[in-house]
Amino acid sequence: MKKTYKIDVDCANCAAKMEEAAKKTEGVKDATVNFMALKMIVEFEEGKTPADVMPTVLKNCKKVEDDCEIFF
Amino acid sequence: MNKKQKKVLIRIIVASVMMVAIALLPVKGWLRFGLFLIPYLVIGYDILRKAGKGILNRQVFDENFLMAVATVGAIALGEYTEGVAVMLFYQIGELFQSYAVGKSRRNISELMDIRPDYANIEVNGKLEQIDPDEVEIGCVIVVQPGEKVPIDGIVEEGNASLNTSALTGESKPREVQPGDEVISGCINMTGVLRIRTTKEFGESTVSKILDLVENSSSKKSRSENFITKFAKYYTPAVCYGALALAVLPPLVQMLLLGQSAAWGDWIYRALTFLVISCPCALVISIPLSFFAGIGGASHEGVLVKGSNYLETLSDVRCVVFDKTGTMTQGVFKVVGVHHNALEEKELLRLAAHAECHSSHPISKSLQQAYGEEINAGAVSDVEEIGGNGVIAKVDGRTVAVGNAKLMRRIGVEAKECHKVGTVVHVAVDGEYSGHILIADVLKPAAKDAVRALHKAGIERTVMLTGDDSRVAESVAAELQIDEVHSELLPADKVEMVEKLLGEQKGKAKLAFVGDGINDAPVLSRADVGIAMGALGSDAAIEAADVVLMDDDPLKIAKAVRIARKCLRIVHQNIVFALGVKALCLLLGALGIANMWVAIFADVGVMVLAVLNAIRTLFVSKL
Repeated sequence: MKKTYKIDVDCANCAAKMEEAAKKTEGVKDATVNFMALKMIVEFEEGKTPADVMPTVLKNCKKVEDDCEIFF
Repeated sequence: MNKKQKKVLIRIIVASVMMVAIALLPVKGWLRFGLFLIPYLVIGYDILRKAGKGILNRQVFDENFLMAVATVGAIALGEYTEGVAVMLFYQIGELFQSYAVGKSRRNISELMDIRPDYANIEVNGKLEQIDPDEVEIGCVIVVQPGEKVPIDGIVEEGNASLNTSALTGESKPREVQPGDEVISGCINMTGVLRIRTTKEFGESTVSKILDLVENSSSKKSRSENFITKFAKYYTPAVCYGALALAVLPPLVQMLLLGQSAAWGDWIYRALTFLVISCPCALVISIPLSFFAGIGGASHEGVLVKGSNYLETLSDVRCVVFDKTGTMTQGVFKVVGVHHNALEEKELLRLAAHAECHSSHPISKSLQQAYGEEINAGAVSDVEEIGGNGVIAKVDGRTVAVGNAKLMRRIGVEAKECHKVGTVVHVAVDGEYSGHILIADVLKPAAKDAVRALHKAGIERTVMLTGDDSRVAESVAAELQIDEVHSELLPADKVEMVEKLLGEQKGKAKLAFVGDGINDAPVLSRADVGIAMGALGSDAAIEAADVVLMDDDPLKIAKAVRIARKCLRIVHQNIVFALGVKALCLLLGALGIANMWVAIFADVGVMVLAVLNAIRTLFVSKL
């Protein structure tokens, strides 16, 4: 399953870091961050629900870039 | 400016006023240090905090860390003004960048402002606004003047002119009347329309386009990937470089040459080195250029599905066209019926009925020429033979309608036609009954489009068509297309494109332009597939890499020029930023460049690179 989330982040480099962090999160098959559109597209692994995975994604993103937000 | 940006602006002003005031004060020693600490913390507290957090989270090497080390170092060396100034200018640069990005983001979202917020439905004689997502297929929605059509459908009632410019870049309004199909995203300019929806919101044109544009940057170009990788190794590399610069030369001077170590000098140089090396200019300006390029192009009715395709498009040297619907209008007209065994009308009737299930433009023109209602019940056992024609039973008689190949296939001898055009042979019950001559009309801009492509540096233009060679040759000659391959089946087209792909030299790329109807395999096989006239055609939007919203062939050359401009700016920025930085790094290491030069190399280069990147947005005059 794929879902798109609105995000808030200040710089392109930080967005790239968020992408890395989201990709490495368990339950995430793939993730891309579009800094310009301020969107994050997350593809979940089978059997995982966004509600389970997204809090961890946000936590991991916060770790690499303190000043970011994902709206889910 | 948003709240965050305003806050930073206030901090910048406060800190700079304080910095100048304190620099002018005749205080010395610890007091001076203490006073300078105030503006330093005002302007830099968040950077210091982020750098600290980065270290805790094992994300050491980023620009916050660079800035924190450089400024703390400068202050430790007693260069208070420089320390504060570096932080100050860094923040000014960040503010400028965030403002510029926000501005172009808004610009582009305005360009692509086609998302409808609501749909009107009539409940008990009153209009109610509901979420377009909740509208089911077959509902009737009302679109008032000034509103966007939210969902694809067919007009039930009302006449209006629709503004399609947000979708196609075409400023001429489109008139619609009952029975016409309308696509979502158009703006109703005049009358009230009642539309019966034929799709759900999620499947409507507007959703598909938005989806495409919003996801476009998920396919990253080589340049973007290069920069991401580059930044990953570059920042740690310069950090170690700076460390080496701070430690090694003094040690060498002290131990080997017996001179004084001059630690302060070398540490200052190392700090300068750190400030210069900040990779922001590249990291921000490259994606910004691509984003602005894609945004500007979509405003012109050219949708590019990813920055990688923009990159490929700029390297295109060979353009392959499909003929029908691409260079010609695809509106076939019956220009002659040469019959022998049957009445003219009867021949048309049989042909129109046999072809009635086909969506090929030829069958439409047959039906148009026949001019009467099609009795679908009379048609059975329809067999479509790709690239040849159709065999079907009409009123119990076996009717074969198609080209000369089809006639050969069923063992019927076809008569040649002496006129140029598409010849549709008809055989009834295995006997030749005559042919219908159909001609296609060239698009008015087709000739200019080919010329524009040659002018844009396209070295080779090729036309592929399933049509017979006489028609193909005459069209190619008229349009001055270099090469033409005719009488190709859909599968042959793929093979042909593969052969042409093999003939490409070096980095040169090949683009295929088609109308998206039955050339999806070729679109995906080419380096870059361009579908045109794609408004409302889902298959084309999905198969192609670049989608031209209207069917103007001039847009092909325009798309190439937009891509070239975008890539030119990207390369300029890479060379400029790396060049200035390399030069300043060298000067910094030699001790010629001081902290102020370093600030220019960092902030100044970034501002210039961002301004240059924004130029990509302006493509309408290309």
